[in-house]
Amino acid sequence: MSFKFTQENLDKIEQEVKKYPVRKPAVMAALYLGQEQNGFISNEVIKEVANVLEMSAEEVLGVVTFYTMYHQKQMGKYHIQVCTNVSCMLRGGYEIWDQVKDKYGIDHLGVTDDQKFSLEEVECMGSCGTAPMIAVNEDFYENLSKEKVEEILASLGSAN
Amino acid sequence: MEKILLPDIKDFHLIDVYESNGGYSAAKKAFTQTSDEIIDQVKKSGLRGRGGAAFLAGLKWSFMPKTTDKPKYLCVNGDESEPGSFKDRQIFEFNPHQMIEGTIITCYAIGAKTAYVYIRGEYHKWIKLLQKAIDDAYTKGYLGEKMKETFGTDFTCDIYIHKGAGAYICGEESSLMNSIEGKRGYPRVKPPFPAQNGLWGCPTTINNVETIANVPKIIEKGWEWFSKIGHPKHPGTLLFGVSGHVNKPGVYELPSGTLLTEIIYSHAGGVPKDKKILCVIPGGTSMPPLRGDQLEGVKMDAESLKEVGSAIGTGGVIVMDEDTDLVKVLARIAHFYHHESCGQCTPCREGTGWLEKILKRILAGKGSTSDLDLLIIVANQIEGNTICALGEAAAWPVKFMVDRFRDYFEQRVSKELSLPVANKVHSMRHTAFPLADVKN
Repeated sequence: MSFKFTQENLDKIEQEVKKYPVRKPAVMAALYLGQEQNGFISNEVIKEVANVLEMSAEEVLGVVTFYTMYHQKQMGKYHIQVCTNVSCMLRGGYEIWDQVKDKYGIDHLGVTDDQKFSLEEVECMGSCGTAPMIAVNEDFYENLSKEKVEEILASLGSAN
Repeated sequence: MEKILLPDIKDFHLIDVYESNGGYSAAKKAFTQTSDEIIDQVKKSGLRGRGGAAFLAGLKWSFMPKTTDKPKYLCVNGDESEPGSFKDRQIFEFNPHQMIEGTIITCYAIGAKTAYVYIRGEYHKWIKLLQKAIDDAYTKGYLGEKMKETFGTDFTCDIYIHKGAGAYICGEESSLMNSIEGKRGYPRVKPPFPAQNGLWGCPTTINNVETIANVPKIIEKGWEWFSKIGHPKHPGTLLFGVSGHVNKPGVYELPSGTLLTEIIYSHAGGVPKDKKILCVIPGGTSMPPLRGDQLEGVKMDAESLKEVGSAIGTGGVIVMDEDTDLVKVLARIAHFYHHESCGQCTPCREGTGWLEKILKRILAGKGSTSDLDLLIIVANQIEGNTICALGEAAAWPVKFMVDRFRDYFEQRVSKELSLPVANKVHSMRHTAFPLADVKN
């Protein structure tokens, strides 16, 4: 499947490029845009980013595999991230991790069959003072209890 | 006590409110002075870095070359990924303009025309909040070309946000620079230091968000005023992020040198159900933990913590009550550093995995007394043998926790158990992990 950036995204990439003296640093922003447009970072996205930013595909791939927020497979519509690092763990992070895992029957980086939900055990998200926490896509939910988690998950609908 | 970084003023994050409380007047004042005078004041104030190493900020700035044909850069480090640390996001949310003003003054002092604020990718909300504040500062003429008019100076500078993508190591300054350059976030060998050879080979200074946010107040109120707050060798207020087993977790701005017990019991409301404290990590998970019976009289500043065998780090205080499973905590910490090791240096790449595996074995009840010694041996092999400080960050919690809680850990291992093969490296390589299992 070929991949081309939309004109809107190409414009956004050029805006990013302007921040730096060379084109390459915009790779991180371009990868986010590619991930958003394509759903995940395929080899075609990598080639397109390399093409737009005048880099080699290998260099772009190197960036993709270094950072955990770039996904090389399709994640769910709702990507649920649960922090289990120390501060969250001390306040029930693992109970919430088990709760979410059991609810959807998936594990770390697993995706439900209908592609609606995916799950990730994440490292410290900086919510230690409002622990435990989960994040759904870009939104943080903090100061949680199992009941609150259940409410949040219910509001996302159920897996088909 | 007056709060320097997070004052109790409603809507202080809005540029109008910030201005009406004297905001951006420090920058105006700074432009009436020479850059050397600014550096001198920050040096005399004794301001030390808030990102972990507590290095003197003014001294760091003075390393920047005065004469160079190359452009100079400032990086403001808001990667904030140390477990237990959640203070920079408070500044982004509640006082972004003070950080922006500090960035302007710092850029002027070191002669940088471009500043990059590196923010971790997960902080979507805070990136948007800071971008809004930066946009407002541009509109009001505090950044970019309009500065000439606003401040009556020839100097201009720009601030850009660089969004990370989930890598703890990018909080390390040289790794951060590689990440801004659009590369894998590998730390660089030092020397050369960033002031000589930083972003794109140009002179670069990297300061923490909290450090930078202090600068306008030092210029406004004078270095003498600042140097008298808190501990004389580590002056100013610190943002203490208290988490774990306390009644009121959160960020508390207090003078450096405040008693750890005062932070826990007065400000953070003490331990739920009045349980005893088993362990406290005083500065984020990489710092050596303290025993619960070791806390009396401990002051929270770089110098005092050094005396009790720990360090201030990022001021992230993690409190653990008497019912905490320390083996589980340490195994989780070891997992974190194993996950975040960039893989460049063998001692860290392999050693962090070893620490995690051994701790998980102990957690599963299959550890032997020799495992405790092995943990310390492995930790010692990592420490000091790596390019960057992630090696120490991984080694210290293990080494010091096992050492300081030896009695606790000995109860969790068996004296009788011994591993079948003497050469444990060999046995792990060839039997425990067949190649088929190594997918990652």
